[in-house]
Amino acid sequence: MDRELTQKLVEVYGPSGFEDKIRDLIEEEVRPYADEVRIDPMGNLIVRKKGDGSGLKVMIAAHMDEIGLMVTHITEKGFLRFTNIGGVYPHTLMGNRVQFADGTIGVIYSERLENREKVHSLEKHYIDVGASGRDDSPVEVGDAAGFLRPFLAQGDFLTAKSMDDRIGCVVGIEALQRMDSTPHDIYFVFSVQEEVGTRGAQAAANAIEPDVGIALDVTGTGDTPEGIPMAVELGAGPAIKVKDRGMIAHGGLVRLMKQRAQEAEIPYQMEVLEAGSTDARSIQIAGPGSAAGTISIPCRYVHSQSETVNAEDVENSIRLLVDILSKPIEF
Amino acid sequence: MNELLRQLTEATGVASDEKEIRLLIRDLIEPHVDEWRVDTMGNLLAVKRGTGERSLRVLVDAHMDEVGLMITDVDSDGTLRFTPVGGISDRTLLGKVVQINARGGKKITGVIGARPIHFLSAGERSKIVSVDDMRIDIGAGKKEEATGKVSVGDLATFVTGYQELGQIAMGKAFDNRAGCAALITLLQREPYPFDLHAAFTVQEEVGLRGARVAAYGIKPDLALVLECTPAYDLPNERDISPNVMLGKGAAIYVMDRSTIQDPRLVRHVMRTAQENEIPFQIRQPGGGGTNTAAIQRATTGIPAATIATPARYTHTPAAMINLKDFENVVRLAEATLRNLSSELFERQTSTA
Repeated sequence: MDRELTQKLVEVYGPSGFEDKIRDLIEEEVRPYADEVRIDPMGNLIVRKKGDGSGLKVMIAAHMDEIGLMVTHITEKGFLRFTNIGGVYPHTLMGNRVQFADGTIGVIYSERLENREKVHSLEKHYIDVGASGRDDSPVEVGDAAGFLRPFLAQGDFLTAKSMDDRIGCVVGIEALQRMDSTPHDIYFVFSVQEEVGTRGAQAAANAIEPDVGIALDVTGTGDTPEGIPMAVELGAGPAIKVKDRGMIAHGGLVRLMKQRAQEAEIPYQMEVLEAGSTDARSIQIAGPGSAAGTISIPCRYVHSQSETVNAEDVENSIRLLVDILSKPIEF
Repeated sequence: MNELLRQLTEATGVASDEKEIRLLIRDLIEPHVDEWRVDTMGNLLAVKRGTGERSLRVLVDAHMDEVGLMITDVDSDGTLRFTPVGGISDRTLLGKVVQINARGGKKITGVIGARPIHFLSAGERSKIVSVDDMRIDIGAGKKEEATGKVSVGDLATFVTGYQELGQIAMGKAFDNRAGCAALITLLQREPYPFDLHAAFTVQEEVGLRGARVAAYGIKPDLALVLECTPAYDLPNERDISPNVMLGKGAAIYVMDRSTIQDPRLVRHVMRTAQENEIPFQIRQPGGGGTNTAAIQRATTGIPAATIATPARYTHTPAAMINLKDFENVVRLAEATLRNLSSELFERQTSTA
């Protein structure tokens, strides 16, 4: 897997609804390998790779957006109150830094804690950008911020603020780059607004009407101290999703993914996610419907600023996807 | 007196029972549009042909339904059980006068009975009565008398006459008859550089249901949604509000729980307001949802933005708007539309 590409993608700004910068970056990477590139009305980047005409119409979705914050009010003293964009949790915030589209950086803190064992709710937090009042505040109500945290690579241990789902984008981009020929007409969709309800993929799937839809996204793991009980662990290979809160994957597609992994001797694990979902839920029931599933990259600390994946899992996810897309898909 | 707002807010149109308000709006717009139709769900869809200068297909939406009550059962004593249609808090109901749209176009008046304070124990006085324990009293002595007039499934709404208190207008259903009034006014103006597709939509209050269908039916290039947004602008000790304030101008949406508005359109609306010196405010991002959510994700995706009149006490029998805000919504919506060009939405795309 390409660590340089990963670093570029995970560090760039792109909260849901404000994906211009990350889209430009991905477009540059995919353009030389694409037969067609377009941006749809919602802002999804749709990259087509044509097949030899014998296969199916396949949509691959990796979302470009990340969770973030939006300014709701500027206090008289220049502090910014905010709301969440997607699943942002109060216990991940204090002392963290955010960045706005124009480069302004802010520090997050909260009102005084009466009890240090308990965190305040979101509306008792604020962002400090060093302004002294409303007049000299460099940001306005309605401006969106993304988290700020450099990429960390320590052996195969890769950590960033937005592995969810820039690492899925990396898998999609590298699969496109490595693929020689395919029987399938493939649409790689780098989607918008997944974190606020898989909104972009819905419109993209309506336009594409694929036969098969595969989301590339992160999933939680159950391998941390007193963590959630879950069979997925870091380093044990890509997770083939069977079910999450928004989708039951197509049985035939799940079997095919397993079979391809076994044949190519790619380690894999089966995933049942009890909370959360992916773009696949929208793709599955958009338009006339499609056979949908997800290849998940196991990820610790999802929706914190230190989302962590294993480089081997990423590499194996790319291999699995390339293998699936290079051969006929039959259920 | 603003006659348009009076007529529109006094008409009834609880979600799924929009016939009365639809007929009123149809009569008001008919002289100003080139065609109109009512779709399967009951949306009133009209087209005002443009000058043909620009090839854009533009949808302007305003939902015409309002929150209300549905009769669910008739008790043996002739009183009526009911359930809210759309978001109504139990606290706002006791003692209110309602009108039931009964069969044969008859309007039956009733009151949501409240036990007089004389008969309340100290504990009961501070308790909120649940809607399950409330009844509408239409003066019927027994079940047969009541079922002779109303049927289970009939819809009821509040009875509130429109009044103007200086710059403030008071009435029911400003959500979203304020949006309807704005859209009707837009249709009365000179033709636009493109065909304007107006949708007066149904069933917004129960889940943006009409607009979804309307958007599929029209398949526009972009959409503008005209709404009425709750103001929470009374004095607050903590420095975290207000969301929007009465009298501060047209409210522009950026994000709510259901939609992130198209940033290009939001910029266009804000720039238009600044250039034309139209007072505007950014609606505090956060909760809520509008038809924009349904329209934005319909078909292959539709860029959409929302402009709203702020109203205090929405979803209660009596809300208040500032008439200047309403005028500014109309001005801003019209200027926004006349300024629209397809370049605003072009993105670089190419085929290798």
